[in-house]
Amino acid sequence: MEFYNNHTLTVILFTPLVGALVLLLVPRDSENGHRVLGNLFALLGFLVSLPLVWRFNVGIPGYQFRESANWIPSIGAHYTLGIDGISFLLVMLTTFLGGISILSSWSAIKMRRKEYYILFLLLQVGMLGVFMSLDFFLFYLFWEVMLVPMYFLIGVWGSDRRLYAAIKFFLYTLVGSVLMLLAILALYYRAHEVTGQPFTFDIPTLLAVVPQFSTVLQVYLFWGFFFAFAIKVPMFPFHTWLPDAHTEAPTAGSVILAGVLLKMGTYGFIRFSLPLLPTDPTARHKIVTILIVLSLIGIIYGALVCMMQKDMKKLIAYSSVSHLGFCTLGIFALNPQGLAGSVIQQINHGISTGALFLIVGVLYERRHTRLISEYGGLSTPMPNFAAVYMIATLSSLGLPLLNGFIGEFTILSGIFQVSLRFAAWAVIGIVLGAAYLLWLYQRVMFGPVTNPANEHLPDLNMREYATLIPLVILAFWIGIYPKPLFTVLEQPVHQIMTQVNPDYYKTAGISAPQNGQQVARQTEQPAVAALPTPLESKTSLAKVETVGSKYLALASSGAANILAGGNR
Amino acid sequence: MSAILDFLHRLSGLFGQDFFLILPEMELALFGLAILLLDYLLSAKEKAFNAVVAMFGVGFSGYSLYRLRALGPDAIGGFGGSIIVDPFFLYFGLIFLVATALVILISVRYLQIEDEHHGEYYALLLFATVGMMFMAGGYDLIVQFVGLETMALSFYILTGFLRHQRRSNEAAVKYLLLGAFSSGLLAYGFSLLYGISAMADLSGPGGLPLQVPRTNLDVVRTALALRGPADLLVMLAVVTVSAGLFFKVAAVPFHQWAPDVYEGAPTSISAYVSVASKTASFALLLRLFLYAFWPVRADWVGIIGVVAVASLTVGNLAAITQSNVKRLLAYSSISHVGYILLGLVAALSGPDGNETGLKGIAFYLFVYAFMTIGAFTIVIVLRRQGLIGDEIEDLNGLIQRSPTAAVLLLIFMLSLAGIPPLAGFVGKYYILLALIQTQHYYLALFAALYIVPALYYYFRIVAHAWLREPANANDPLPRISAGQSVALAATCAVTIAAGIYPEPFIRLASYSLVIPAALFGR
Repeated sequence: MEFYNNHTLTVILFTPLVGALVLLLVPRDSENGHRVLGNLFALLGFLVSLPLVWRFNVGIPGYQFRESANWIPSIGAHYTLGIDGISFLLVMLTTFLGGISILSSWSAIKMRRKEYYILFLLLQVGMLGVFMSLDFFLFYLFWEVMLVPMYFLIGVWGSDRRLYAAIKFFLYTLVGSVLMLLAILALYYRAHEVTGQPFTFDIPTLLAVVPQFSTVLQVYLFWGFFFAFAIKVPMFPFHTWLPDAHTEAPTAGSVILAGVLLKMGTYGFIRFSLPLLPTDPTARHKIVTILIVLSLIGIIYGALVCMMQKDMKKLIAYSSVSHLGFCTLGIFALNPQGLAGSVIQQINHGISTGALFLIVGVLYERRHTRLISEYGGLSTPMPNFAAVYMIATLSSLGLPLLNGFIGEFTILSGIFQVSLRFAAWAVIGIVLGAAYLLWLYQRVMFGPVTNPANEHLPDLNMREYATLIPLVILAFWIGIYPKPLFTVLEQPVHQIMTQVNPDYYKTAGISAPQNGQQVARQTEQPAVAALPTPLESKTSLAKVETVGSKYLALASSGAANILAGGNR
Repeated sequence: MSAILDFLHRLSGLFGQDFFLILPEMELALFGLAILLLDYLLSAKEKAFNAVVAMFGVGFSGYSLYRLRALGPDAIGGFGGSIIVDPFFLYFGLIFLVATALVILISVRYLQIEDEHHGEYYALLLFATVGMMFMAGGYDLIVQFVGLETMALSFYILTGFLRHQRRSNEAAVKYLLLGAFSSGLLAYGFSLLYGISAMADLSGPGGLPLQVPRTNLDVVRTALALRGPADLLVMLAVVTVSAGLFFKVAAVPFHQWAPDVYEGAPTSISAYVSVASKTASFALLLRLFLYAFWPVRADWVGIIGVVAVASLTVGNLAAITQSNVKRLLAYSSISHVGYILLGLVAALSGPDGNETGLKGIAFYLFVYAFMTIGAFTIVIVLRRQGLIGDEIEDLNGLIQRSPTAAVLLLIFMLSLAGIPPLAGFVGKYYILLALIQTQHYYLALFAALYIVPALYYYFRIVAHAWLREPANANDPLPRISAGQSVALAATCAVTIAAGIYPEPFIRLASYSLVIPAALFGR
C-alpha cells in the first residue's frame, strides 16, 4: 500500500505489463486461461487507476503524482512520470476503454489468444506511458513501443486487407515519429546551448526554454513535432492510414485505436505543440491559421466522405477524421474554452466512437459483414440493440443532454471568439455529422427486414451489455453534469493558456466571467483583425453568419456559465 | 588451466613486456595451431571438441585482454612503436572476441548439418581474430596491412568452406578477387603514405626521434600535417586508402561483393563477415582517419559524407526487394555502414571533433555485433537437412512452429530498424544527435527518414514469421541446439539491456574514446 501511494503511476503503468508477463507463462493450448487472465488484468489495470479519481487534487496547478528516478545519467534521461488534469482524464479513458475492449474480444478472437491478450496489454502500457511521461526520452520510447503491438493486432486478427493496413499504419506513424525524434534532439541540444545547464530530457524544463530560441528554430521545432501528431490525430491530409487501419482492425483494436490512440496526437498537440508555438506573432498567426484551416477541411471532408461509405466500419472511421478535426480546432483556437472543449471532446469521442465500433462489432459477430446494404430493419429483431445504438448515434452527433454536445458546444464557443467564419464552417460539419450518422442508423435499423438472414438475429447478450452500458452511462453523465470534467481541466487549461496566449487573460479580463457574452464579443474583434481569412465563402456567407451569430450568443453565454461554474 | 596461463605469462616474460602486449593474439594463434594438430586425433563424431578448444582460446585471450586493461588508460607502445595497447584497442578486441565466441557457438550444429565439420574451420576463425586484433592494435602501416590480410585470407577460405556447394564456391571466388583488388588499392595508398613520410623533413621543432620507422602512424601524421590539406599526393593517398577500406566495410560504391558473399557463405560466416570483419575494418579506418589523417581531414570528410548517404540509399532501397534473408541482411548491413559513416562525419566536424559522434560509432558497432549475429542465428536455426531456410518464404508461420524463435526474430529486427527500447535505437540516437550538434541537419533528416524503409523491409521478415500461415502445418519444430541457445540468449540479452538500460554500455563506449594518443609526441 505504501508503495502504491508513492508510486501510483508506476503501478498503473506496469500492471498491464505484469499481466503480459503472467500470460506468457500460461501454456499455449490453455482453453480459457488467456482470456480470463487478460480480462482480469485489464480490470485490475482499471481498478488501480480508479483511486486517482478521488486522490487527484483539482486545485493544484502543475503535475501531480510525480515520480522521478535517474535512468541514463550520461545523457540526462530520467524516468519521470506525472499527470495534470488533461493527462489524468486520458489515463482514465485508457484504462477504462482498455478494459471494455478486452472484454469485447471475449468471443470475437478465436485464434492465437495468447498473443492477442499479451499484445493488447502491452499496447496499454505504451499508451499509458505516453500520457504519463514527463521526460522526452521516455515519452518517445512509449510513443514507438506502442506501434508494435498495434501492428500485430491489425496484422494478425484483422480482416482481409490486414497486412497492408498494418504496415501502412506502422510506416505512416513512423515517418512522423522520426521527424519528432529529430525535433526532440534539436530541442535537447539547443536548450543545453542556450541555458548552459547540463543536458536534460525533462519536458517542462525544455519547453520552458523554447521562448528563448530564435524564431526560425521555433518554427522548425514546431513543424518537426507537428507531423508526428498530425499523422496520429490524424489531421487532413495525413489521414489516409486511418480508414484502412480502423476498418481492418478487429473490433477491440478499432475501439482502442479510435478511443485512445488518436488522442495521443491531440495530447501531443496540447502538451508540446502549444508551448512550441513561435513567440513571434506573424509566424504564430500563420501557423495557427494553417492548422485551423486544416482542421476545418478535416471536419467537412471527413463528414462528406462518410456520406459515401458502403461499409459501416469505414463510415465510422471517417467520422473520426471529422470529430478529431473539432478537437484540433479547439486546441488551436488558443483560448480556454476551445482547449477545455477539445479535451472533453476527446473523451467524448473515445466514448461514443468506441461505442459505435463495438456496435459494428456486435453486428459483425452475428453476420460477418459490415456492408450497410446487407442490413435493414434490425430494430425489429434487436430492439435493445436499437436503443443502445440510438444513444451512441445521438451522443456522437452532439444532441444536448448527451456528451457530444458539451464538447462541440464548448469548442464552437472557443472558435467563435477567434473568427465567425471558422465557426460557421465548423457548424456545417455538425450538420453533416447528424446527417450521415442518422442516415446510417436509418438504413441499418429502420424499415422492414429486407434480408432474410437478419430476421432472427439475437439481441445483445450479457457480455455485450457489460461493454456498452458503461459507455452509455458515461455519455449521459457527461451530457447532463459535465462540471467535474471542467473542474479537472480548469487548472491545466489556465496554466497552458497563461503560457501560450497570455494576452487572452489580459484583454478578456477573465476575472469577470459572469459577463461572458461581452467577453466573447470583445475578444472576437482583435482576433478577427489579426487573423487573415483564407476561406472566402461567397454568397452563402451572409446566411451562415446569421446562423452563426445565433450560435454565438448561445455558445458564449453557455461556455462562460460552464467555466464560471468551474471557477467557483 | 591456471598452470597453462602461468606458463604463458612466464613465456611472455622471457621476451619482455612487448610480448605481454600481444599475448591475446599469441594465445589465439597458439590455440588455432593446436586445433589443427588435434583435429587429426579426432574422429568425425568428436569434431565438436575443436569448438571447445577454440572457445578456450577465446577465453584465454579475453583474460589476457582484461589483464592488459589493468595497465591503465594510457597508451602503451610495443615493438618499437609498431603496436599499441590503448582503450580503443581493448574495446575493439572485446568486440572481436565476443563475436568470435558467438560465431563458434552457432557453428557447431550448422557444420554438422552441412556435413563439413572440420577443425580448420575453428582454426581459421581464430586466425582471422588474430588479424583483426592487429588491425585494431597496429600502429604501423605494415602491421595493419598484415593484420588485414591475415583476416581477409582466413575469410576467403571460410566463405568457400562448403566446398560441395556452388553458391559457396562462387562467393569465395568473388570475395577473393574483389578483396585482392581492394587490398591492392590499400597497399598502393599505404605506399604513397610511406613515400610522403619518407620524404618529409622531420628534424624541425617537435620532430620525432630518427629511429622511429617511417611507417609509424605518428610519423605519417606529422608528415601529412607538414604537407597540409589540398596537396595532390596526400589526396591521392587518402582516396586510395579510403577506397580500399570502403571495400572492406562494404560501403557504396564498393559494396557489390557483400550480397553475393553473404548469400553464398556458410550462414555462420555470413554473420562473422558482417560483424567482425566490418568492425575490424572500421577499427583500422578509425585509427587512420581519426589519428593519422586528422591534419588533412578537410580533404576527405566530404567523401565520407557522400559515401555515407550513398550507402544509406542503396542499402535501404535495394533491401526492400530482396527475397533471400541473407541478401536482405547484407543490404541492410550496407545501410548500417552508412549510419556509422555519418557518425564519422559528425565526429570529424569542428576543431576538436565531436565526442558524441565517436561515442555513437563505438556504441553502434558494439550493439550491431549482437543484433546481427542474433538475426543470423535465427536463420541458422531454420537450417535443416533438405531445407536451406534462408528464403523469406521459409520463415512463414514461424510463430506457430517456434514461438521463441519468432519473438527473438522480432526483437532483433526491431533493434536493427532502430525502434526503442532496443539497442539499435540508442546507437541511432547518438548518430542523429551528433549530426544535429554539428549542424548537419540535412544529413540528420536523411538518416532519420531512412529508418522508415528500413522498418519496412525488416518487417517483411517479421510479417512472414508472424502473420503468414506456415506452408506445411505439420512441419517439425526446428530444434535449437545448446550452443545456439546460449548465443541467442546472450545476443538477445544485450540487445534488450543496451536499449532499456544503456548506461553501462555508454560508459564502455566512452572508455574506448581515450583516442589514440601519440606514442612519440606530436
